[in-house]
Amino acid sequence: MARLIRSEKEVEGRYTEQWIVVEEDTLEQWPEGPLDAVGRPARRLDGLQRARGEARYTADIQLPGMLHAAVLRSPHAHARVKRLDLEPASAAPGVRAVLGPLNEEIGYQGQAVAAVAAETLDQARAALHRIEIEWDELEPLLDPDEAVRRRELVAERTQERGDVELGFAEANVVVEAEYRTQNVLHNSMETHQAVCEWEGGERLTVYISTQSIWGVRENVAEHYGLPPDHVRVVCRFMGGGFGSKNSAGDYTYIAADLARATGRPVKCALTRSEENLDAGNRNATLQRLRAGARSDGTLTALEGEFVNATGWDGWLSSTGGPMEMLYGCENVRIAEYGAKLNTGPMKAFRAPGFVEGTFGLECLIDELAAKLGLDPLEFRRRNHSDSDAVDGRPFSSKNLLECYRRAQPHWDRRDEVRGRSAGPWKRGVGMASQIWYGGGGPPSYAWVRLGADARATVITAMQDIGTGTTTVMAQIAAEELALPVDRIDVSLGDSARGPYAVTSAGSSTVSSMGPAVRAAAADVATQLLEIAAQRFDLEQRSLSLRGGNIVSADGGSWPVEEITGLLESGQIIGKGSRGPNPTGMRVLTFGVQVAEVAVDVETGEVRVERIAAIHDVGRVINPLGASSQVEGGIIQGLGHTLSEERLLDPRSGVVLTQTLDSYRMPTIADVPEIVTELIDVPDEHLTNLGSKGLGEPPIVPTSAAIANAIRDATGADVRALPITREEMLRALREASERRPERVEAPAA
Amino acid sequence: MLELSVNGQRHALDAPVGASLAQVLRDELGLTGTKIACNEGHCGACTVQFDGIPVLSCLTLVHTVDDREVTTIEGLRDHPLVEAFVRADATQCGFCTPGQIVSAAALVAANPSPSGEEIRYGMAGNICRCGTYPKIEEAITSWRG
Repeated sequence: MARLIRSEKEVEGRYTEQWIVVEEDTLEQWPEGPLDAVGRPARRLDGLQRARGEARYTADIQLPGMLHAAVLRSPHAHARVKRLDLEPASAAPGVRAVLGPLNEEIGYQGQAVAAVAAETLDQARAALHRIEIEWDELEPLLDPDEAVRRRELVAERTQERGDVELGFAEANVVVEAEYRTQNVLHNSMETHQAVCEWEGGERLTVYISTQSIWGVRENVAEHYGLPPDHVRVVCRFMGGGFGSKNSAGDYTYIAADLARATGRPVKCALTRSEENLDAGNRNATLQRLRAGARSDGTLTALEGEFVNATGWDGWLSSTGGPMEMLYGCENVRIAEYGAKLNTGPMKAFRAPGFVEGTFGLECLIDELAAKLGLDPLEFRRRNHSDSDAVDGRPFSSKNLLECYRRAQPHWDRRDEVRGRSAGPWKRGVGMASQIWYGGGGPPSYAWVRLGADARATVITAMQDIGTGTTTVMAQIAAEELALPVDRIDVSLGDSARGPYAVTSAGSSTVSSMGPAVRAAAADVATQLLEIAAQRFDLEQRSLSLRGGNIVSADGGSWPVEEITGLLESGQIIGKGSRGPNPTGMRVLTFGVQVAEVAVDVETGEVRVERIAAIHDVGRVINPLGASSQVEGGIIQGLGHTLSEERLLDPRSGVVLTQTLDSYRMPTIADVPEIVTELIDVPDEHLTNLGSKGLGEPPIVPTSAAIANAIRDATGADVRALPITREEMLRALREASERRPERVEAPAA
Repeated sequence: MLELSVNGQRHALDAPVGASLAQVLRDELGLTGTKIACNEGHCGACTVQFDGIPVLSCLTLVHTVDDREVTTIEGLRDHPLVEAFVRADATQCGFCTPGQIVSAAALVAANPSPSGEEIRYGMAGNICRCGTYPKIEEAITSWRG
């Protein structure tokens, strides 16, 4: 039965309280551990399509009569359009429509100014050169601290609990440090793109590379004043997003505007250079942190000022979140600022804020542990929080101590690892903890239909952004229907062909969609047994589904086909929805990573040799796909830690890294040994599955674990990402100049 | 008029001077398994083979192909590597995967039992932003099943 509740909704750490209509979740959780389909490694349902090049991405969409758009973008970081003449471009060969000015005041390099649609992409690009434009160049604001001084802020936030001054007064040891993290770019392999096609003036179909079919539908309907049902959004396969494709963008509206002007479908696809300018980024941060602890390792105070280089637009991701949430410290004060700058707008990037904030916090914690002469793992255990550190709420489940226990053997390798230091190569081991969201929530819906051939199809308008959620949904339906996974199909990727599904952001697809799919499959199972009871003249409650059969309590067994066969062209249709989250509880994910590194102290070269990742994300549906998520997160974290950086010219604000040779992402040659361990215990309070999300947690602790391993190897405190050779050599110089520090006497 | 031999089939077509092989494969021949991700020769998503040698089709002018035999992912659909990639879960978003398999097919043709080091060397030109690299190495190591 539908129920109206007032509930907290969380996406990537942003909470809003709102009315939500939910259906009760009446199914009991399955028992722990591998079942028939759930909890067992499964091949991707669409793996062959992807591997054979048959998967059809937005980039592959070719519609009859389709035109191609090209976009004129600002070469300046801050400027006003003084004069714009599109006329010469409209007269260029092949051009069918021009659009502009799209923005009069330009806030960052790469912001769209005008667009052209032509018969071919080459013609559209050539026509851009004919556009006449004059600029008033303005001074760009590029320094985040300066923006804070001038109060040029996108947002700001302060949080305080306890008495921080008192906390520091009670501390025997206080450490203070400034950390910096850089701007990094998502650089999905498929650039942002859309194909738009109008039917008359009232209906619009958008083929788009997106993480949020329903979000794009809402954006586009609102933009054009259309009923949302008149906007159809299609994304069957998409080539990566990592947070950058959570909504419609300029390219979507450019394609739709040009399609409306010409009466023909239009594709607008970003080039790689445009992708590096105007597709979002993980904002740079400046973190000024202070921590105090008693001699026994009890944290007494944490304080942080966090300046995010948000850019021209975007939101204030919570860089202070880990400081607030990770440890049971009574006195915490954070101040967060989002600096509005003449740089490209930030967008969510795989655990936004927490990746950056965990680097600072977890490095600081290790510095504190070192000063106290305490083992870093033991220090973390002592400051474990049994209930939510912010408001004391119980956790729906938390197995971080179990993660620490399973980390111990990896941590215990450090004597052996250090012992392998040779010549200029120093080796060491470091760790860092992870806290993040991932519980998902309502609404999300699924239908399941079962045909006469005893094959089932899961129908929902969700997207699979490459994480393998298609396969996970099939496993869940297979488990509930007691059918082999290869008897299940999943129909997704089209808002016109299925019910509402959650956005694939905030590690929420499995935790939101999975319970809805299970409920829909259970609805089918119930109907199937109802029919079987009538057919065999048995009590329905004596019947159940097992291994493709309908079995009765008295030992009878019939293949499911005996009942489904009666349907002929009929179908059994089940529907399911995501129930509410547990009230009064905090739903979070946890983990720890242990990194082993080698540092050449003469050249500053850093090599990561091994990372062990232990995470608690509730029940694991597909261990094979889950290990891929962990590896992928760590490898992106490796790029963030060692090589990736969007570089700006410090005077003009022009992006110097617009290609994939200058913006250096990890290759297969950079990858260390990765060991994945998942706790795999269902969260007993969360939904009928007990599963949380796994997309983001693995990237959260990687950079701090590596930096702490570097300290273990060399004694040098790395304070900035990426850890270039310059930063490494600076830290080594600083360490050699530093006098040995004395542990302060315990307080009386 | 231009003649191209792709996956054992001969094609006669017109292409403007300056057109890349990737563009012609995708737009004229409908072979969209070859992906364009950077269009500047840095990522490997557009990899095809010329007489068995991996080349970047986004940087190759179609008029320079001459009589070399072009093999795309569509010509390698029955290669055991395809199954090995799926078995090892060596595809996430999948946009780079066809290029990875085309490169890997050239690698194992020249060296049927490559070491981990040889795989990392041979595959370093193919970027995967999802980070499937450990699984790619596993797929190539076990490509014969």
